[in-house]
Amino acid sequence: MSERELGLAVGDVAGPSKAEGGPSSSTLRASKGLITEFLEWFGELAIFSWRVVRAAVTPPYEFHELFRQLDEIGSRSLPLVALAGAAIGVVLSLESRQSLTRFGAKSLLPAALVFSVVHEIGPIITALVVSGRVGAGIGAELASMKVTEQIDAIEASAVNPYRLLAATRILACTLMLPLLTLAADLCGLLMGWVALALVEPLSFHQFINSGFNGSGFSDFLPPTFKTAAFGLIIGLISCFQGMRTRGGAAGVGRAATSSVVLSSLFVILADVVLVKLIIIFFP
Amino acid sequence: MPTIEQIAMKPEAAVDSAAPVIAVRNVHKSFGSQTVLNGVSLNVSRGETLAVLGRSGTGKSVLLRLIIGLDMPDSGSVWIHGRDLAGMSLDKLGEIRLKMGFLFQHAALYDSLTVEQNVAFPLQHHRKTMSASEQSDRVRQLLAEVGMDGHFDKMPSDISGGMQKRVGLARALALEPDILLLDEPTAGLDPISSAEIGDLVLKLQSEHHMASIVVTHDIHSAKTIADRLILLNQGKVVIEGSFKELQYSDDAFVMEFLKHS
Repeated sequence: MSERELGLAVGDVAGPSKAEGGPSSSTLRASKGLITEFLEWFGELAIFSWRVVRAAVTPPYEFHELFRQLDEIGSRSLPLVALAGAAIGVVLSLESRQSLTRFGAKSLLPAALVFSVVHEIGPIITALVVSGRVGAGIGAELASMKVTEQIDAIEASAVNPYRLLAATRILACTLMLPLLTLAADLCGLLMGWVALALVEPLSFHQFINSGFNGSGFSDFLPPTFKTAAFGLIIGLISCFQGMRTRGGAAGVGRAATSSVVLSSLFVILADVVLVKLIIIFFP
Repeated sequence: MPTIEQIAMKPEAAVDSAAPVIAVRNVHKSFGSQTVLNGVSLNVSRGETLAVLGRSGTGKSVLLRLIIGLDMPDSGSVWIHGRDLAGMSLDKLGEIRLKMGFLFQHAALYDSLTVEQNVAFPLQHHRKTMSASEQSDRVRQLLAEVGMDGHFDKMPSDISGGMQKRVGLARALALEPDILLLDEPTAGLDPISSAEIGDLVLKLQSEHHMASIVVTHDIHSAKTIADRLILLNQGKVVIEGSFKELQYSDDAFVMEFLKHS
């Protein structure tokens, strides 16, 4: 059945006035197409994930490439993540001071700063910065390799590209995100204290004592380690988008953009779920 | 001669040495509504070079991709050393590919690696017992064999298209394959570079006695390199035989193809 015929059929069901295939039938067709595309994307992602897992757990292991990616993703993202963490620390400190002073709770400022940075702001800012820098990089690199047949050449050389290219990058993202988050948290707290100390006398020792008063490891470990899941999402989606690219330069551009957009979106969605789970399991 | 199914039943060591190393059986392949291959069959034996000719877009490169398992046929089968590629995992395919060398149409060199590292890539992954100096010696020997000595540290973007093809050829030969697949080895090259690549393939063929398939639309290089030729049109084999048989064919398409070559 042609699209035109399909349009008429849908119009008939919708009502006689739409028999020519009016706006509602075209909207229905478009929605159907979008849903199909969406389900196909998830299906392909599931197959891709299965191939990566299978490649990652069976020898030979690509340790050399893994260490290269740990350096690429970890060490080279560190300055950007530290800067973002520091900036957020300063902004939070300035904003919170004003609000808390208004409500007469200025003494809670160190604790508020520590909790907001360590619990939420540090992890999410780190994930979004890494998704922008690393996600775009992985997406563009793999897409460029795909369109120039370099991934096919790897496969033709009897090397599993899911093991060499995808598993190493995904694992590196997963391992490095918690470490980068610690760096962002540290810079955020340090610069938050500096911003605070510039307007009123407060030693770093006092700030830390007051900020961490009554807190245990369970307050800080789950939010930090949840970023491993963010790293997994960033690595997986960027590798997937890169390795499924079609077309030339335009395809590479699309892969880079979609890697950043989708991984950021899924990080935020995963955060909602993970925060709820942390509240349930670490009350 | 045993059928390909009979060969597949035998243990690998017992496979008849005269049996085809590459056997393609009634292969069909479509991309969307476009049929690219429509019932193609061919055999290539050890030491033999087959040229696959045809106009652009007739599925020549797709045929090579099916033979190395980068794509799978919609129907029909591809047998390498008596083993059917259908349903093989990536790692099983990898075992078969260790015996195959593939030169891509645009060489497909790894653009972040130097010429030397490109050729060393298969050795680093599959000849782990070789020391670094042995690997380096082997790489230099391969690059010398294809006339690329002195360009070890250059990046692929710093060398010409013809040189890239030579490096691609050296990389394809790194694991001493017994099957060599060449996708348009002379396309986009000037006549001199084209002749040089043709001579190089002939030399390698006589030294290594591989089963080779050369995809090309260049009838002159096919005539030089190949023992046998097949001509594809609209996804089907129009004619198979020696260059002479092609010349004396009364098929309209064959005559048209030869006239414009």
